[in-house]
Amino acid sequence: MENQGKFDKVCQILDENGRDKARLIPILQAVQEVYNYLPEEILTFIASALDISPARVYGVATFFAHFTLKAKGKHIIKVCDGTACHVKRSTTIIDAIRAKLNLTAAENTTKDMLFTLETVSCLGACGLAPAMVIDNEVYGQVTPEKVTKIIDDMIKQEEK
Amino acid sequence: MEKTLTINGKKVSFDKEKNLLEVIRKANIELPTFCYHSELSTYGACRLCLVNVEKRGLVPACSTPAEDGMVVVTNSNEIRELRKIIVELLLANHDRECTSCHKSEHCQLQTLARRLGIQSVRYKKIVKDTPKDFSTPSIVRDPNKCVLCGDCVRFCEEIQTVGAIDFSFRGSHATVSPSFGKSLASSECIYCGQCTRVCPTGALTIKSDVTRVWNALGNKDKKVIVAIAPAVRAAIGEAFGIAKESGTEAAGKMVTALKAMGFFKVFDVSFTADLTIVEEANEFVERFTKGEKLPQFTSCCPAWIKFTEQYYPDMIKNLSSCMSPQGMFGSLAKEMLPKMYGIKREDLVVVSVMPCTAKKFEATRPELSKDGIPDTDIVLTTQELARMIEESGLSFANLEQSAFDMPLGFKTGGGVIFGNSGGVAEAVLRNVLSKENSNDMDEFAFIRGEEGIREANLKVGDKDLRLAVVYGLGNARKVIKQIKNKEKEYDLIEVMACPGGCIGGAGQPVYDKLEVRNKRTKCLYENDSVLELHKPQDNPYVQQVYKEILGAVGGEKAHEILHTFHTNRRRITEKPFLIQAATDANCVKVNVCFGTGCMLRGSQKILKSILDFVESKKIADKVEVKASFCFERCSRGPVVSVGTTVIEQATPEKVTKEIEKNLK
Repeated sequence: MENQGKFDKVCQILDENGRDKARLIPILQAVQEVYNYLPEEILTFIASALDISPARVYGVATFFAHFTLKAKGKHIIKVCDGTACHVKRSTTIIDAIRAKLNLTAAENTTKDMLFTLETVSCLGACGLAPAMVIDNEVYGQVTPEKVTKIIDDMIKQEEK
Repeated sequence: MEKTLTINGKKVSFDKEKNLLEVIRKANIELPTFCYHSELSTYGACRLCLVNVEKRGLVPACSTPAEDGMVVVTNSNEIRELRKIIVELLLANHDRECTSCHKSEHCQLQTLARRLGIQSVRYKKIVKDTPKDFSTPSIVRDPNKCVLCGDCVRFCEEIQTVGAIDFSFRGSHATVSPSFGKSLASSECIYCGQCTRVCPTGALTIKSDVTRVWNALGNKDKKVIVAIAPAVRAAIGEAFGIAKESGTEAAGKMVTALKAMGFFKVFDVSFTADLTIVEEANEFVERFTKGEKLPQFTSCCPAWIKFTEQYYPDMIKNLSSCMSPQGMFGSLAKEMLPKMYGIKREDLVVVSVMPCTAKKFEATRPELSKDGIPDTDIVLTTQELARMIEESGLSFANLEQSAFDMPLGFKTGGGVIFGNSGGVAEAVLRNVLSKENSNDMDEFAFIRGEEGIREANLKVGDKDLRLAVVYGLGNARKVIKQIKNKEKEYDLIEVMACPGGCIGGAGQPVYDKLEVRNKRTKCLYENDSVLELHKPQDNPYVQQVYKEILGAVGGEKAHEILHTFHTNRRRITEKPFLIQAATDANCVKVNVCFGTGCMLRGSQKILKSILDFVESKKIADKVEVKASFCFERCSRGPVVSVGTTVIEQATPEKVTKEIEKNLK
């Protein structure tokens, strides 16, 4: 029933926005809330419902960094790589997480769909550099050791 | 009061020019542009038309309105250096294999680099190695040569309202592609090819079939014949710098060239254009008298056909069932010529020369083949024929003229004007309304013109015959909308996808200025005027073909050879998506169509009622529900399939009853 609920929600989102093609971006935002990402078939469905070409919808969905066409993991790790964090060696944090979760720049979601690693330009927490956000929780002045432990703890939590 | 501005110290008057660029070009200054086309919206992306306007500094001329008293400088060291930088930056990440590029010598990037005196590129070369897209029979896409001017995107969206390609990603990752980075063949592309015409570089080109033709010509077991479309004669001269000559002459030269290249016979598609008129007019008179399936749409344009199949499945019945002149030529040639020449059907190779890229696609349609052998084997565009003539070393300008071969080389003016927008409609009128002995070719000239939508109202006895002539599929969409909203009513509508009709086809030599199109149009009308006959039904060879092969006009044999059918075409190739999974292996599979047609007819409500039903009966483990995109039965929607049963005009009751039946 989960898929039906989601699909119903998409139809509801379209109706709430009056099936207005000018409201494509808010529609995509709301749909991404539902699915956690933008599935291809849903994008095509939206295109057909709004009477615009799928290529246009794809163009908008790939233009904004906010949108993702790939399914994301349950927990989203955002490591800041803005100027302040970068000089505080945020790359070592990213490397540590990649090594821990067996990820690469291209493959940023774990196979078990538990984690997605993203780098962001600035979290606005430069005083805490290097900074990281997991889901909605901020971690400041992290080190490779610290992040490994945080992730270990989360995995243990999940296993319970 | 007259408005003036100063360009490079010279006073220039202007009036209604769209922008500063048009004024500057009118003053005979060729400002360079990539992204400006007068037919399209102004984009202002390439920045090549930068000019200096006093008190404003550097502005792009294309997106600056001309104002009275402006002082403009188009050429200074600063501007020249800036233009150089722009072009050099474009060259830095451009695949610069010019020598083997299809657009070589017609490439605006190449031309500009030369014009701007670029002798080295100061930026580091970035090699993109994105695979080319060879998926369609008509168009090749090479993203490594794209300069992101967006001309193709805007043509597809604004003129054709198809939008098969668009920008995706951003910044240095930006690219032009079909949705989800898929192939063009799996997109809604209608193969009109106008993107290849407006593309300034080799990023979008016509798929070449030249080698296939040379191979066929080199095969001693095959007899290769060729047929030339009406519009080709009006334009091929441009490729050899003899555009001033009239079309008839170019047709005669082409015949000579094709014979010299080894073609066994050279025929004229204008012959089957005459035939098309006789059949199509007969079909129209029948529908008009009965008041059925009106308006009748012409079916000569393959891009328009694919467009209708994709977007207006409910109007497919309104299309004439006649094949296009190319289709008729292939079908008739393969029916009559093997016997005539005493060869096997499979040893006859039919080549056609077309102004059109979509014709390449049309030739691959399975309906237009017999026993797996296509009626038309290979389609060349005007551009490709010009290349073949060059390859064979013939000096086209100096060639003598030769006559077409008979019987499929004789035509009336009615067949020749097919290449112009309005030509098919005019030829139909000549066929239906001309008096028996009249040979007046200007009787219906009122339907000619340059506008994308033209109308005419004629009295036929006590009935009104309402006619429309349309080019550009965006215009076709407008007209269809008016018909559906009952704002307009027509009996006969001619639709051509390309601006100006076939003479403006994407297979023709690339043109930029609209005058070129007008010149071609004029050329075909002149050709009509020098021909002996003007009414398609007067063509003695057409009469002979009916007598010897086809039987009665619109009869059984004529239908077998000259008519075809059109079907709904899946526009979206997405897989259905799962709404509710079932655990039982022997579950009932329910699929609800969510294509546009069905959605408007209430598929959402039906889906909801199915799910409510499943829940209330507690049979969720036994019923799998999916939503799919198109069952290609849009006119009878909403469509739902339950197991193997397809329910048209589905209602919640019909569907739940079927599910219950299947569960038992």
